Amino acid sequence: MGAESAGAGLVFEAIAAVRAERLVLAGVSGGVGHGGALVLRGANGAGKSTLLRVLAGLLRPDEGRIAWDGEPFEDLPSWSRHIAYVGHLDALKPGLTVAENLRPWAVAAGRGVEPALAVMGLEALVAVPARFLSAGQRRRAVLARLALSAAPLWLLDEPTNALDAASLARLEALLAAHREAGGAVVAATHQDFVLPGAATLELVG
Amino acid sequence: MFGELLRRELRLGLRHAADSVAALLFFAVVTALFPLGVGPEPKLLARIGPGVIWVAALLAAILPLDRLFGADAEDGTLDLLLLSGVPPIGVAMLKTCAHWLLTGLPLLLASGPVAIMFGVAPAPFRVLLLGLLPGTLVLSLLGTTAAALVVGARRGGVLLPLLVLPLATPVLIMGTLAAEAARTSAPDAAPLLVLAALLALCAPFCPLAAGAALRHAG
Repeated sequence: MGAESAGAGLVFEAIAAVRAERLVLAGVSGGVGHGGALVLRGANGAGKSTLLRVLAGLLRPDEGRIAWDGEPFEDLPSWSRHIAYVGHLDALKPGLTVAENLRPWAVAAGRGVEPALAVMGLEALVAVPARFLSAGQRRRAVLARLALSAAPLWLLDEPTNALDAASLARLEALLAAHREAGGAVVAATHQDFVLPGAATLELVG
Repeated sequence: MFGELLRRELRLGLRHAADSVAALLFFAVVTALFPLGVGPEPKLLARIGPGVIWVAALLAAILPLDRLFGADAEDGTLDLLLLSGVPPIGVAMLKTCAHWLLTGLPLLLASGPVAIMFGVAPAPFRVLLLGLLPGTLVLSLLGTTAAALVVGARRGGVLLPLLVLPLATPVLIMGTLAAEAARTSAPDAAPLLVLAALLALCAPFCPLAAGAALRHAG
């Protein structure tokens, strides 16, 4: 997979994070280059989601550094240009249609909502309020937001939850295209076949 | 992005109209209860009208604060807002604007008919509405800050009135002082100017504080 040169892509060093007075992450280091992928593994509560939130810049680590292409984290607005984050929460408003839910991100990216929804096979649900979606359809709508993002680093927390086989294939294609274009992916997932050739980082709580 | 997100907030507010209308109905019901409680004496009602409206507006403005960030924190939207490229202070301003447009402004507009119902004279009526304009804006600013502070806290809804009401007392005092001055034909400019000064003070500092609170809520 993609050429990994020193300092290119995401590098994180000696990350330590305390959540609810418990040391969740200690001395975690790693990285992923352009076109690369990193799968986070570990038992429940091992700190996969915490590490993803740290990498997204949403959670300030108690120790350690993160950098993208040699540029260290300074503040959230400038860091967020590199980041597309899909957490374990859907962030869909039940009262808005699927298209309305994605609209601000489509406008920000200067792209249309429909093509992004088509990527995850949701064309038919464009005008359906999110409250009527099934769990898998909600997940697909969330992943469609990735297709709108121009950010190079995708951080995915259990992206395959509730997805059927056809949707898994769509996600696989979406991730492959992103990596082909020089993007990087960090995912906490148990179904790492969606990220062929990915490196693995084992987290021990 | 800010404009698009604000449009989305307003669309959400209108679509979940029950949440937006609840504060307004609360305001209408509370003010309607006062004549029943203190008796239908017109002179008395005209005198206490502005004060009743101010207190009711203050309490009504607090009602939607619990969900201002609470709903977004629960469903993960807050993370997306913080990662949208809009700085945290911008996210706070977004919510302040949404709160004022969906709660503050409707309360201001509803105050007119309620003041007429109380038989408030034209001079204090004008000053009451003039005071409520900066007053509701300050309430939205203070409310956003308090709401940002309690994000992620359990029982945050209980904390909110305790945080906002003491901070809002200067607004209440100046607002009612101005209306009372207008009623007795005393100079009413000073309390109105103090209200404007409070707005000028809160406008930069509240979003700053709220943004910092949001940044550390994760």
